[in-house]
Amino acid sequence: MGKATVIPFGPQHPVLPEPLHLDLVVEDEKVIEAIPQIGFVHRGLEKLVETRDYNQFIYVAERICGICAFGHSLGYAETVESLMGVEVPERAEYLRGIWHELSRIHSHILWLGLAADAFGFESLFMHCWRLRERVLSIFEATTGGRVIFSVVKVGGVTRDISADQFAEIKMTLEGIKDEYRQIVNTFMKDTSVKNRTVGVGYLSTEAALNASMVGPFARASNVPYDVRSLGRGAYGKLSDFQPIVDTQGDCYARVKVRANEVLQSIDIIEELIAGIPTGDISVPVKGSPAAGAQASNVVEQPRGECYYFARGNGTKYLDRMRMRTPTSQNLAGMVKALEGCELSDVNMIILTIDPCISCTER
Amino acid sequence: MGGFKLGKMTLGSLFKKPETVMYPLETKPVPKGLKGCVENNVSACILCGICAKRCPCGAIVVDKKARTWTIDRFRCVQCGTCVAECPKSCLEMNPTRPKVAKEKSLVELHVPEPIAEPLQNPNG
Repeated sequence: MGKATVIPFGPQHPVLPEPLHLDLVVEDEKVIEAIPQIGFVHRGLEKLVETRDYNQFIYVAERICGICAFGHSLGYAETVESLMGVEVPERAEYLRGIWHELSRIHSHILWLGLAADAFGFESLFMHCWRLRERVLSIFEATTGGRVIFSVVKVGGVTRDISADQFAEIKMTLEGIKDEYRQIVNTFMKDTSVKNRTVGVGYLSTEAALNASMVGPFARASNVPYDVRSLGRGAYGKLSDFQPIVDTQGDCYARVKVRANEVLQSIDIIEELIAGIPTGDISVPVKGSPAAGAQASNVVEQPRGECYYFARGNGTKYLDRMRMRTPTSQNLAGMVKALEGCELSDVNMIILTIDPCISCTER
Repeated sequence: MGGFKLGKMTLGSLFKKPETVMYPLETKPVPKGLKGCVENNVSACILCGICAKRCPCGAIVVDKKARTWTIDRFRCVQCGTCVAECPKSCLEMNPTRPKVAKEKSLVELHVPEPIAEPLQNPNG
């Protein structure tokens, strides 16, 4: 064995999508320890809750992350609704579910593209993002924005989707399905892909449970934890689905879980569209959260469980708003998965937790 | 196992129309519900200032004395709060794609004085 050397990795690095710094302790080509450090993109968004009222903060909440923008506005709105005891109309719940699942599709396809880029498969990366573009067009037609939608408000949603638009969404998703299956086939069966993913960054079920992993990262290690059927506003009752799990616990399993979740999301959207009731899309919300009232909520973001906490102080400004994002949970598991890997596999392992450092630091 | 799993799709792409457009020579068609930018129909505006008060990013400034309604389009986040809150419904989202600008600027609109309504019965 050679002498242990520390290699600084990030925050600016060609393979990193986010500003994450790692001190990699290596012996020869083997990583024996990884020490993560974050704090490069802190924006103080939680503090803004003191100067923006609870209706205005929703637009700050959705700017926490560009990929799960809808998930954050949804999680925040649901938390404030439970703080104030607001019941959302059923149609609004369905619409929120549909947009949230569309965000999951776009996030996972984006991630698959980034994964392809990480192992140097450029054409696969471009095909993934080509398909994602069609999902973004659905967003543009139904919400008016491609990344930031501003459609959720406390008490419901601001826009409705017409029957014609539903038909278009179904047609677009059907169109994506066939090409998407070919892309997944490449991810699952191509030798050049498998060489980079099979057996890389293994994390056992026990280790995943001990480190409290969430999202597709945990589900790839056979932890059937999906908060889509828990928490306020969960649509487990609106749609019949089971969490997708895999037993292998390596990078290949994580790619597989995310790839299958896209198809599952398409099925959920079709189910929600078939069962959407007619009626109002929002209820008027008057007054302010009571002083000392507290509420918490969990939402299954594309990257995993996100926890929200809010406390009122009797005015229209909240006393405290706190979020715990999936990446802050998964960093511990990533460090565990990095131990003992080859230096060349580090980028692949970091990518398979789908890190969102901007989300984590807020 | 095996390579060239993406071969069929990649070869197919050689004979298909490109999915991208040659921006800025060509732009994508604007969808009907695009948020675009906020426009004010000044003839109906009463300068109540609710839009400025509700705006989460302070992009709108209403000056009652000078009778001006000013918007900083570079601050506006197109959330649509002002449009939803306007009591006279004089604000609307214009679904256009904003042009690229070289420098930041404000859009200042002068709100005309309200025309006195004619009396119902001028003779008596």
